[in-house]
Amino acid sequence: MPTMNLLQAINNALDIAMSEDEKVLCFGEDVGGFGGVFRATSHLQERYGRARCFNTPLVEQGIVGFANGLASQGSVPVAEIQFADYIFPAFDQIVNETAKFRHRSGDLFNVGGLTIRAPYGGGISGGLYHSQSPEAYFTHTPGLKVVVPRNPYEAKGLLLAAIRDPDPVIFFEPKRLYRAATGEVPEEDYQLPLGEAEVTKEGSDITLVGWGAQMEVIDKAVAMAEKEGISCEVIDLRTLLPWDAETVAESLFKTGRLVVTHEAPLTGGFAGEVAATLQERCFLYLEAPVLRVTGLDTPFPLTLEKEYLPDHLKVYEAIRDSVNY
Amino acid sequence: MTMTTTRDIYVPEFLAGDEFGIPTFRMLTQEGTLFEGAEPPSLDRDAARAIYRAMIATRVLDERMLAAQRQGRLSFYMQCTGEEAAVIGATAALDDADMIMAQYREQGSLVYRGFGFDEFMNQLFGNELDYGKGRQMPIHYGSRKLHYMTISSPLATQIPQAAGYAYGQKLAGEGRCTITFFGEGAASEGDFHAALNMAAVHEAPVIFFCRNNGYAISTPTVEQFAADGVAPRALGYRMHVIRVDGNDILAVHRATQEARRIAVEHNKPVLIEAMTYRLAAHSSSDDPSGYRSRKEEEAWQEKDPILRMQRWMTAQDWWSDDEEKTLQEQLRREVLEAMKRAEKRPPPSLDTLVTDVYAEVTPALQQQLDTLKAHIRRYPEAYPKGARFLDPELSRVDANDEGES
Repeated sequence: MPTMNLLQAINNALDIAMSEDEKVLCFGEDVGGFGGVFRATSHLQERYGRARCFNTPLVEQGIVGFANGLASQGSVPVAEIQFADYIFPAFDQIVNETAKFRHRSGDLFNVGGLTIRAPYGGGISGGLYHSQSPEAYFTHTPGLKVVVPRNPYEAKGLLLAAIRDPDPVIFFEPKRLYRAATGEVPEEDYQLPLGEAEVTKEGSDITLVGWGAQMEVIDKAVAMAEKEGISCEVIDLRTLLPWDAETVAESLFKTGRLVVTHEAPLTGGFAGEVAATLQERCFLYLEAPVLRVTGLDTPFPLTLEKEYLPDHLKVYEAIRDSVNY
Repeated sequence: MTMTTTRDIYVPEFLAGDEFGIPTFRMLTQEGTLFEGAEPPSLDRDAARAIYRAMIATRVLDERMLAAQRQGRLSFYMQCTGEEAAVIGATAALDDADMIMAQYREQGSLVYRGFGFDEFMNQLFGNELDYGKGRQMPIHYGSRKLHYMTISSPLATQIPQAAGYAYGQKLAGEGRCTITFFGEGAASEGDFHAALNMAAVHEAPVIFFCRNNGYAISTPTVEQFAADGVAPRALGYRMHVIRVDGNDILAVHRATQEARRIAVEHNKPVLIEAMTYRLAAHSSSDDPSGYRSRKEEEAWQEKDPILRMQRWMTAQDWWSDDEEKTLQEQLRREVLEAMKRAEKRPPPSLDTLVTDVYAEVTPALQQQLDTLKAHIRRYPEAYPKGARFLDPELSRVDANDEGES
């Protein structure tokens, strides 16, 4: 099985999707001949031509509006927003149009073919506008699916599933891991299910929930805690909307303790949704308050990035606080 | 790399934009005769009568439904009045399988393509037969079989979508194009710019059809843009453009025919700016007397596009006063009957709250629906529309209608 980094896995998934279905199109800023600023779309224009892989003018609302039109026509657009920080000009097209297309037309029309890819997250000295994690803005929008992979294997399987899913999907890629994360990735076509969390490590004392690049942070914290004899269960949500509360609840019935962690700011972050849902479902099983380890309620900093991020030490401390409660 | 070709100058010279005078294409005088120099129209008798009939039907529908809104039978309404020639003339110049992506004042397109009064009424009353399942406000029509994309309220969002739809049509190679209608107010939105630029760069067979009717609710065009209308903007995108008298059915039809040819044969987008006037209020929630004069309205009533076409038709011996009278009476009767049928129809079932959010109802949504049903069972009188699907006894609709639901 070949070893790929996260970018290669994404490029491989796009290649498979385009070779299998001529309706699949990849476009966005610098996506064409150059292959994208991160090279996720390398060689796709060479292989599939300029009509199916192309640069767009620099206009995010146009990229998503154009993609909505293509998807409603029956094409399968995979639109790239260069950084998740720049998805906001397209917020209206995504929230008012993409998400509501099928419902408002009584299923006469839909944009189910649409996938929007966007690199997200901090840890690369990106400052305010190359670091954001905007997932919670979109998890508040019925009609969308929101997916975040944690490693190359997951990225390929989830992206192929997203492209073929009958609903529009926003696919956030952890850019800190684009080249840092490598692993074995099957060369052939495979899919991983949307809407299903994955228990990546079993344990009995406490449950840790995260997604995307934060899973690596959780793993580090868990390694520290386990040295002290704390048995941790780790869950990658993978899909944030619609999300898999069942798997987390099952885990909580066993462990009775929960830490949720994400890079995005605390207030209004998706950890709030996880915490509220689980206290409702597992009230009698909880032995400690649900803890959230997140970014601060500030814009994302440049110089003080390391201090801002919810790193493994902060997660480790939360594990201890919960267990010692 | 740049495609700009320019001459060099050595002292600063500014261009102000007023150099680009865009002429207005006209064929038909208000008296119903052709302007001198106008080519003979391409419309034959049958085509002209079909267009005229659609214009009258649209006017009758609008008048009756505004009245219904005033009587409190309908929550909301918007008229196409004064703009029938622009909308229907353009639609008639298309292939019936070309996609239409409209704003909200283009019901004439649907009338022309054969959307029945019953179909209009089902949407307006949001009943169980509405294709949109009662989810959207009145006038947000959609028809898959007639290639009419479902309307949404956010302005201009359909314009870049039309560019994308047309790009997909080009790749499919079926010789189709997309037309998108929008008002001159919507053209101020960022999506307008995004769409025209993307369509020009990627050579999408799309017709951008601007209804410049003088007002965006209360805002006159002098407060919408400083330029000579919307048309000059096309030049900045290197796009074909024409301005047309929007109350002149022959000019609109001819210009759109030519635009379609450019779009489909050459894969080039085209902008048409139709100069017209919103004779009615913006919507049933608006009273224009607060922002424009009666004198101005009266001046435009004399330029009524239906009157102009009627005079032309009569001069050709293609239409008579008797036919006019018979048609008007017949349409009024049909509209009224369709309205009565739609009003009596029950609302969509409670389950339609959660369907079509996704292709499949998610377990979380199913649970929310189950919780809601349990709640309605406790308080059925408080939720009569939803309760009728829990217990047929509570239905407010008479038994005759049950069988068809």
